[in-house]
Order: sequence, then C-alpha cells, then structure tokens
Amino acid sequence: MKQFLGFFRKELIHIIRDVRSLLILLLIPFLMMLIFGYAINMDLKNAGIAVMDLSGDDMTHEITDKLLSSGYFELQDVITDPGRAEELFKAGKVKEILVFEQDFARKFHSEGIAKVQILTDASDPNNANMLVNYTNGIIANYLLQQQVSQFLPLQVQSSFRYNENLESVYMFVPGLIALLVMLISTMMTSISITREKESGTMEAILVSPLKPWQIVLGKVAPYAFIALSNLAVILLMGTFVFGVPYRGSIALLLGLCVLFILMALSLGILISTISSNQLMAMMISMVGLLLPTILLSGYIFPIDNMPVWLQTISSAFPARYFITALKAVMLKGLRFMYIWKEILVIFGMMMFFLIVSIKKFKIRLD
Amino acid sequence: MDRERIIIVKNLVKKFGDFTANDNLNFEVYKGEIFGFLGANGAGKTTAMKILCGLSKPTSGEVDIAGFDIYRDTDKIRHIIGYMSQRFSLYEDLTVYENIRFFAGIYGIRGKEFRAKAEKLIAKLNMEDVAKTLVASIPLGWKQKLAFSIAMFHEPPIVFLDEPTSGVDPRTRRQFWEMIYQAAESGVTVFITTHYMDEAEYCDRVSIMDQGRIAALDTPKMLKENAGAKNMNDVFLKLVRPQKAEL
Amino acid sequence: MLPMIFMMPIIQLLILGNAATFEMKNIRMEILDQDLSPASRELSSRFMNSPFFEVSNTAENLNDCEQALDKGAADCYLVLPEGFERDLVNMQGTEIQLVLNAINASSASLINAYCNAIAADYVKSISGGTGQKISQIESTYSYWFNPEMNYPSFMVPGILVLLVTLIGLFLSSMNIVREKEIGTIEQINITPVKKYQFIAGKLIPFWIIAQVELAIGLLIAWLLYRIPIEGSLLLLFGFTAIYLVAVLSLGLLVSTINKTQQQAMFVSWFFMMLFIILSGLFTPVDSMPAWAQSINLVNPIKYFIEFIRMVLLKGSGFEATKHLFIIMSSFAAVLLPLAMWMYKKTE
Repeated sequence: MKQFLGFFRKELIHIIRDVRSLLILLLIPFLMMLIFGYAINMDLKNAGIAVMDLSGDDMTHEITDKLLSSGYFELQDVITDPGRAEELFKAGKVKEILVFEQDFARKFHSEGIAKVQILTDASDPNNANMLVNYTNGIIANYLLQQQVSQFLPLQVQSSFRYNENLESVYMFVPGLIALLVMLISTMMTSISITREKESGTMEAILVSPLKPWQIVLGKVAPYAFIALSNLAVILLMGTFVFGVPYRGSIALLLGLCVLFILMALSLGILISTISSNQLMAMMISMVGLLLPTILLSGYIFPIDNMPVWLQTISSAFPARYFITALKAVMLKGLRFMYIWKEILVIFGMMMFFLIVSIKKFKIRLD
Repeated sequence: MDRERIIIVKNLVKKFGDFTANDNLNFEVYKGEIFGFLGANGAGKTTAMKILCGLSKPTSGEVDIAGFDIYRDTDKIRHIIGYMSQRFSLYEDLTVYENIRFFAGIYGIRGKEFRAKAEKLIAKLNMEDVAKTLVASIPLGWKQKLAFSIAMFHEPPIVFLDEPTSGVDPRTRRQFWEMIYQAAESGVTVFITTHYMDEAEYCDRVSIMDQGRIAALDTPKMLKENAGAKNMNDVFLKLVRPQKAEL
Repeated sequence: MLPMIFMMPIIQLLILGNAATFEMKNIRMEILDQDLSPASRELSSRFMNSPFFEVSNTAENLNDCEQALDKGAADCYLVLPEGFERDLVNMQGTEIQLVLNAINASSASLINAYCNAIAADYVKSISGGTGQKISQIESTYSYWFNPEMNYPSFMVPGILVLLVTLIGLFLSSMNIVREKEIGTIEQINITPVKKYQFIAGKLIPFWIIAQVELAIGLLIAWLLYRIPIEGSLLLLFGFTAIYLVAVLSLGLLVSTINKTQQQAMFVSWFFMMLFIILSGLFTPVDSMPAWAQSINLVNPIKYFIEFIRMVLLKGSGFEATKHLFIIMSSFAAVLLPLAMWMYKKTE
C-alpha cells in the first residue's frame, strides 16, 4: 500500500507538472458541454432558400412570409429562371427552392388545388428531409388557418415521455459522458504506460520488487480521478446549466459511471500492453476509438436505424451499453433490475480486458 | 583462486524466433568483482543482462543469482539487485529529489530512514543546489551519477549496469568509474556491459561477446597475453570475426 | 505502424459509412387497441403496413405499454380508446393517444410527424366518401443530387475527410516532439540541414500518405457506397493538396511548441474534438449560433467537408468553390511559415 502511495504521488506530479495537458483535460468537458448545449442543434435554423414565384399573388406572398418569419428559413435569392436552380445549389448557400405555379391563388379557390414544388439540395439527405417536413408543416398550418371552420374528426394527442420539451441536451449528456470518459481514460492510461516504456523508466520499475498489479494500479489511479472529475463537471453542468433531471438513484448512476471508467481504464492498459510506443498507443486509442464511439454507440445516430450487421458490430463497443443504461437510470429513473444486463456486459468487458492485459503485461520485457 | 561465486550461468540460450541472441552461455561471477561484458551492438550483451535482471525469460539454461533461481525466486532476486540502463531511467519531469524519493519508495525505503540517506547522498553528489531542479535541466554527467546512485540506494549486493557510459565525455566517464570502484571496494558485485575498449581494462574480468557467444573470458591482462596484443582493442579485433568488428 | 496507418481508416470507412443515418426505419410501436372495432383495426393496419413502423400488439393494458417504453422494447405506443369507431363515425371527434420516448428529441419529433401523417391520411380516406370538398395545396418534392436519398453519399465523404485529417494531424503533431523526446533531434540539428528543408522533409511523406489514403478511401466510397463523383477529381486532389499543407503545418506547429508527446497529443486532440463537432459532419452548420460559426471561420475541417460534398455530390466546379480555395490557401500560407519560424525559435 505504501509503495502504491509513492507511485500515486509520482504520477500526480507528472500530471501537475504538465499544466497544458492538465488544463485541456479539465477544460474539455466544460467546452464540450457548452458546444453541445448551445451550438449543436438538430433543428433547422436559418436555412437558405430561394423562391421562384410564378404567380405573385397574395396567397404566395403570405406563404413566403410565413416561411421566412418562422426562423427556420432565410431568403437568399428570388429567381425567375428555373435554369438558375442548379447553379444556386452548386454554390451551396441555397438549400431549398420553392416554386409556386402560375395562378396559384386562383387555382386554389376555383379548382380546389394549387401546386407548389419544393426542390431541395439532397446531397445532405437529413437536411433535405427536414426542409421538406418543415415547409410542409408551415404550409399545412397556413391551410388550417384558412379553413378554421373545417372540422377534424381525429386528433393525435402526443406526449413526449422523459423529455417533455424536446431538449436535445437530454441525449447529449449521456453520450458526452461516454465519449469523454472513454477517450480520456483509455488515452491517458495507454499513453502514460507506453511513455515509461519509451523513456526506459519502465525497466527500472520492473526490476524492482513491485508486483505488476501495483505498477498498473499506481499508474491508473490518478487518471481515474481525472475521469471522475470530468464526470462531475458534465453531471453538474447538465443539471444546473441545462436542467437535465436525474430521475433515478444517484448511487446507481455513480456506480454505473465508475464501472464504465474502470472498464475504459482496463482497455487503456490493454492498449498499452500491445503498443510499443506512444504514437501507436495514441493511434489505437484516438483514431481507433473516436469515430466508432461517436457513431456506433447511439450517441448521435440511433442504433435501431442501422443495418443489422452493423448493429451486431456495434454490440462490441462498450459505450453502447453504457449509454443505454445511463439513459435508463438518469432520464427514465429506472432501477437496477432494468439495467443489470448492461452492467453485466460492461463488467464482463472489463474483466476480459484485465485478464488479457495481465496475460500480456510483460513483467519480463520480452 | 577460491572465491565465492555469486552469479552462476549454465547453458543459457535465448532465441527470438529464428535469431539466437544468446547461444549457450556459461560463466560465473565472483562476489565483489567488476565483471565486464564487452561486445559490439547486437552481440547479445544486453539480452544476457536482461535475463539476469529478470526482465526477460531465457529460452533454456540455468541461472543462479546469490543462491536464488531466476525461474522460481524472481521476487527475492528483485530485492538484492540494482539496475541502471543506458537511458538512465530517470523521470525528466521530476526533480532530483523526487526521483530519489520515488525509487527509494518502490524499494520500501521511506520516512526518517529515507530522509537521512537522501540527504547524505545529495551531499555526496554535490547536488544540494539542484535537488529541487527538474532532471531535464541538469547536465548529462550528473544524470548519470544520479542514476547510478539511485540504483545503489537500497544497497543491493549486486548491481547491473547496462552501457552506463554511452554518450558521456571521457572525463565524466573517469569520474563515473571512480564511483564503480568505490562500490566494488565496499563489497558490491558490479556487472557491466560496455562497448568501450578502454573501459574493459578497468574490469577485474572481461567476457568478450561475439554473435551471441562468449569468445573469451579472463582478466584483461591474461586476455592481452593470450592474444599477444598490446591493448584490449587489438584483443577484440583478433577475437571477433572481421565482418563484425566495426564499432 | 504503416499498416495501421492505412488499415485503421479504411476499416473504419468500410464499417462506419452505414452508421450515420437519421433516416427512421423500424420504429418500434406498441398499439393498445381498446376499441377492437373495424375502424381501429383499419388504423392499426395502416401503421403495420407503413415501412417506418414495426408494430406489436402484445400490450394488454397501459401498464404494459409503459413497461415497454421503460425497458426500451418500444420507441412509442399508441392507444386507440374505447368508442373510437363510434365517435369517428358520429363525427363527434375522437382522440388517440401517442406516447413517445423523447430522450432523442429529434427522432421523437420525426416519429410524431410520421404518426400524424398516417392519421391524417386515414381521416382523408374515410372522409372522402362524405362528399366534403376541401381545397388543397399540393406540394411535390424533388431531391436534387441524391434522388434516392442515399445517406452514405452524404456521410462517407465527410468521414473520409475526418479520417485523413486525424491521421495527418496526429502523425505530424507527434513527429518533431517525438524526436525531441528520444533525442534524435540533436543529431539532425548538428547537420547542415536547413530549417525549411527539415520541415519540408517532415511534411512531404505525411502529405503523400494522406493523399494516398484519400485516393483509396474514394475508391472504396465509389465501389462500395456508390458515392457519385460528379465533379472533377483533379479539383478535389488539388484542394486536398492545399488542405494537407495547412493541416500538416498545424500539426508540426503543435509539435514544435510542445515539450512532450503527451502534450502534443492532447493539444491536437483538443483541436480535433472542437473542429470535428463544429464541422457540420453530423449536424448542420447553418443551425449553429453566431459564436460557434465564428469559431468555424478558422475550422479547416469544416471547409474541407463543405468542399468535398460540393464537388463529389453536386459537381460544383472551380467557380463555385473559388472562395474555399482562397480561404484554404491563406490557412496554408500562414501556417507553413509559422511552423518553420517557430521551429527556428525553439533552437
């Protein structure tokens, strides 16, 4: 234990001496929370549109005004020549072009049907979908106002469970915890161990009477604290700045997070045992983990939407289970009973990483 | 001469795949002597030393260190050896004092005992002024002395030095050898690898390594006599196959 | 090391191209039909026949539905109340209840929109017989450049940019500092190599690696994901050439101003995270607030993603992308001399 404390102190000195890295490690959760809370927005805002109004009557003007006053759209251009559409899209500022047919209002009243054409730049299909949905929504609303008298026999009463106000930050908080904890923990441990290999100090420690587990524990423990402090920042900012509720047991929530941190540290140890230098450790823990953790964990893109084979691959990534369990505890307020499977999987992964590491950890540097 | 043997190596073989780094080594080291391993880069010096320190596992053969078997008694051996690598094994972002404290700590030396010994050591090294300086900013020669002193801090009866003088100027090297002599005089067995011919002259006995084998093993005087050479350099050139002689 | 530099991005590209989609499929819906009338069955079957929904009818009561939502077995549930058909036929008006898991707010609002559309369609079909005539605005859509709404066409070029940038930035930012740490830099400094030669010598190999990686990635994107290559490849590689000078110079700059590899790594990681998230790869740049957009003014990844999408998917030419060339060239023109100058200063 005393040996361990000496090790722990040395590792702390390394961290504190490197002020720049420490600052980045401590600041990044703040910054990410601010960006995800305020900057990242899945909704449409200020999308550039162009209008080609072949009719130019009151009705088309009203619809255009409605669109522009919604805040979703911003008028970039008014065109009369359909040939310009392609050029506008290619220049990139305009994402949608509305084409009102000739005699729009007259046809609406006399023929009962008026046509509007919505051209979208679908090189971004997500955005194109959203543009069409929003435009249709606004037109439908406009119609409704025109026909207040109309009776709707069927109403859909929607309620949004767990997130009544549809705040996107609800989804980001669990994802951000997973992403940052995963990256910071694996990166820090794998780098700090390979660093000693590279500088030759590892040999000096390995010839000493220290046991391998003491070496590993001494190296890993300080980073566990950094990961915990990051966790605290995200959780506190989540609730005090962004109003994300913690509906379940705080103890279960923290327990789950600690387990995930331990799993990530174990993965870091495993990476360090297979990397001969820092560059390699970094390549695996950064380049190898960054995108899969963002894309395959259900952080931004729902796993259910992916093809089945990809869902299978995603089940090899621990962040997926963590995010599912975290959402269940934090936002749904569920108890242990509901998430024991996820906890078991994360625990199993941790044990797997640890066992392989211990097998590979070279107390004798072959 | 009937002296106490402290290291006994029998039929030691180390292979990396098809490459044989140590090909059937047999030698003994006596207590309190300075035993040198001389050879070109890649001759197998460092590999053999790593096996003796327990940093690497032999493919086959027997090694006995102070009565302990390297396969079974690894833990006991760790307490009685000191080790210094050619890279000095110091933390550049820790101060001189913190380095001493850390390595003392992993050998279980702490509290009053540590403070007394550390103070004495720093005084002996004349490093009072730099005790709180980062190792990164002290001269190479000082680092070398510090690394050696740290390897000796827990007073091991055997110390392994892996090319401890590479890249250091001749004057500093001489000072360093004075420290080695002091240690040997106090009864410590010193096992040292080097590729400097003149350093071989300072050893009590020298084993010349070539392509994983021991080409010769004797006192420097006998080696020169047997080869009919004026200095160790000539001995080396005669013993080592021509294509391998470049240093 | 070299195999890893090539294999890791390529494997990721192969796998991840399909991951990034907001397109809703297989929405799991639990329907609790308390009316069990022909009308309620008809509405249920409309959900069942929709390609978006995977309907289950196992819930016997509201509690079961709530459980399904809690457990994550369902994304939403729909309750058709008793008297549904009667109220519908009487034209008294009826309410059906839709409860959604809204943790993912954007998915939830999309699901809500789909449900409303199906319900509205259903109403239209039954009221068609009543002879009531309502004026309509009919909107027709056309999805330009990507009529099949192929999601990978959008995501894969962006992911490719990211992978090439990751590799380039990390390799270059670790490079000089690594030599400093190992000590080999002193050996180079005593040779008559000029500083600019040194920096150029560092930059060129990475520049080639990254270009080759982009080429392989494009080939995969084209063969496997059927990414259209509408624009000129020459234009693309020309832009990449400038982009890589900028990014690699940034990496070398990070490398010269940091003392340890660990530091260099964290600094470049910091920039990467910031740049990636704001780059518009995952979420539209236009929706971001002004302060985020001003960070984006100096975000090279954002410009490259914008560029590669324009050229590959829309076939934009030099005229349309001239401003991006100018911006990227000024990045390179500032960063490269800066990296050389800072390297000089460290000695």
